[in-house]
Amino acid sequence: MSHWIILPVVLPAMLAPIIGFMMRHDIVLARVTSTVGAVLLLAVSLVLVSMAADGTTHIYRLGDWPAPFGIVLVLDRLSALMVLLTAVLALMVLLHAMATGWDDRGRHFHALFQFQLMGICGAFLTGDIFNLFVFFEILLIASYGLMIHSGGRERMRAGLQYVVMNLAGSTLFLFALGTLYASTGTLNIADLAAKIPDIPADEAGLVRVAAMLLMIVFAVKAALFPVQFWLPATYSNAPAPVAALFAIMTKVGAYSILRVHTVVFGPGVAGTEGMIDAWLFPAAIVTIALGAFGVLGAKRLMPLISFSVVGSMGTLLVAVAAFSPVATTAALYYMVHSTFAAACLFLIADLVVSRRKDDSLIPTAATVQNGLFAAIFFAAVIAMAGMPPLSGFLGKLLVLDALRDPGVIVWAWTAILAGSLLTIVGFARAGSALFWKSTSIEMALPEGEEVEVPNHATVAQVAPVMLTLSTLVILSVFAGPIANYLEQTSAQLFDRSGYISAVLAPVEES
Amino acid sequence: MEILVASAIGAMTAGGVYLLLRLRTFPVILGLALLSYAVNVFLFSSGRLAIDMSPILSKYGEASYTDPLPQALVLTAIVISFGMTAVLVMISLGAFLESDTDSIDIDQTETDEDAAQ
Repeated sequence: MSHWIILPVVLPAMLAPIIGFMMRHDIVLARVTSTVGAVLLLAVSLVLVSMAADGTTHIYRLGDWPAPFGIVLVLDRLSALMVLLTAVLALMVLLHAMATGWDDRGRHFHALFQFQLMGICGAFLTGDIFNLFVFFEILLIASYGLMIHSGGRERMRAGLQYVVMNLAGSTLFLFALGTLYASTGTLNIADLAAKIPDIPADEAGLVRVAAMLLMIVFAVKAALFPVQFWLPATYSNAPAPVAALFAIMTKVGAYSILRVHTVVFGPGVAGTEGMIDAWLFPAAIVTIALGAFGVLGAKRLMPLISFSVVGSMGTLLVAVAAFSPVATTAALYYMVHSTFAAACLFLIADLVVSRRKDDSLIPTAATVQNGLFAAIFFAAVIAMAGMPPLSGFLGKLLVLDALRDPGVIVWAWTAILAGSLLTIVGFARAGSALFWKSTSIEMALPEGEEVEVPNHATVAQVAPVMLTLSTLVILSVFAGPIANYLEQTSAQLFDRSGYISAVLAPVEES
Repeated sequence: MEILVASAIGAMTAGGVYLLLRLRTFPVILGLALLSYAVNVFLFSSGRLAIDMSPILSKYGEASYTDPLPQALVLTAIVISFGMTAVLVMISLGAFLESDTDSIDIDQTETDEDAAQ
């Protein structure tokens, strides 16, 4: 039993109170500690990826209780990948927040940030569905604090809506867990996966209710139609670095659907056969459409990016809804890509908006470094909309290629292709208003007043955005090896008996 | 007893959902509290209802016992919902003091602003 597996949870959990209690008056110390924490988390996640790379499913028994009785953490390729994704994103977001001074505009940014990382990593690693609920609550309660960081009228109100939405979601989660426990007598994911196929289809009514309730809960997290409406208001009113970090939060929902609805209610389970994908697929199609129309209709930059995130979640979940290894490989690639693409857009938008009056898409006089910002925005949009040469194109291509079933091909291809077109149009309109038309507007300076000192972006402020962009480049250049790894990942995910026997294996005497 | 517990859960859930849909902070907080009571009782009953039984195995003979796991789950759920309610009250208060309204609907203020302009 390797203790590396618990480190992504324990490390932020230890750092957060130390930062919160001992460094709350010393922003420099808090920044250093938080950065060291994020770098260590990245190192740990690299170790985890190398541990999981050989395809064994590693188990960490908390308190050394054997699996169905105690809580276990499970490390397989998927968990390791998600933890690595979290760590890389967290480091970039943290660098951006420090360089732009966002972390200093309110209290306890770094402590909340570490608690958020603890919750996200825990949710990816846990092998127990009640434990998943607990980690969801940890990441949510930290995200409430981050969401309303630095305050302000609109932000507080959007934050309140976000909190209420998620509290209602948590209640549903508990109802689902109660139903599941009442019908199976266990909450361990592997144990559930072993027991649920034995329930005959005509006695599985309660299991179907639980599966559907869980689906709704994860759909709230993943911003799936019809429970996507909290996302645009939340993301566009959150502080920009926090919105960039939240790019991984929707993926927690997608990951949970992948994990729970593949392993527990997966293909071939008599009680829930064909029920989940029958609902997930049309909902995801509508989500793509909503995202695309939102991008087209948005009047401000932050909601525009938020709607593009909704659209990308739709594309991701269309692939997830196929519940086949090939489609899951495509979904995983698109998941990694869309996380970084969304984060990159939010970070560059922050640099642009902080140099303008507000984020409305009205041409005003060009800001300093207009060309640089325009270039970065252009690259990020290419990635998000799915144009070559960046990874968004490859991701969408993989998704389209995986969805060749006669029943789904028309809807899926139409939605994804038309959605991409609308997204491109929406972003082109925004980009031309922000960067292009603005060059023809002269700054009208009142006479006698001092010329404002141009607020140049420093290297430290641009570097995190460039790093995020470079991950997209790496994703495209090394698409072959990465797709191979993801193929093995989804093969491991669909190997349900392997998962069950690894988790429920008897403890060897040591 | 089953009917009593089931109707209590149903009544609390119905009240909670109704209050949640009022979209004003105070009813919503009460509604979420009611919902969390309902879910706690629901979790409690998911381990089968039993009267007068200890939650542990008895070493004195064959006495039957009630399932201890839902009780542990309920305890966790109570702690979490208690903390969440406290956070919600503070955020509601903050939002009310910032914006002078306790409505949770965002779009409404935007149209108000448009009308003001």
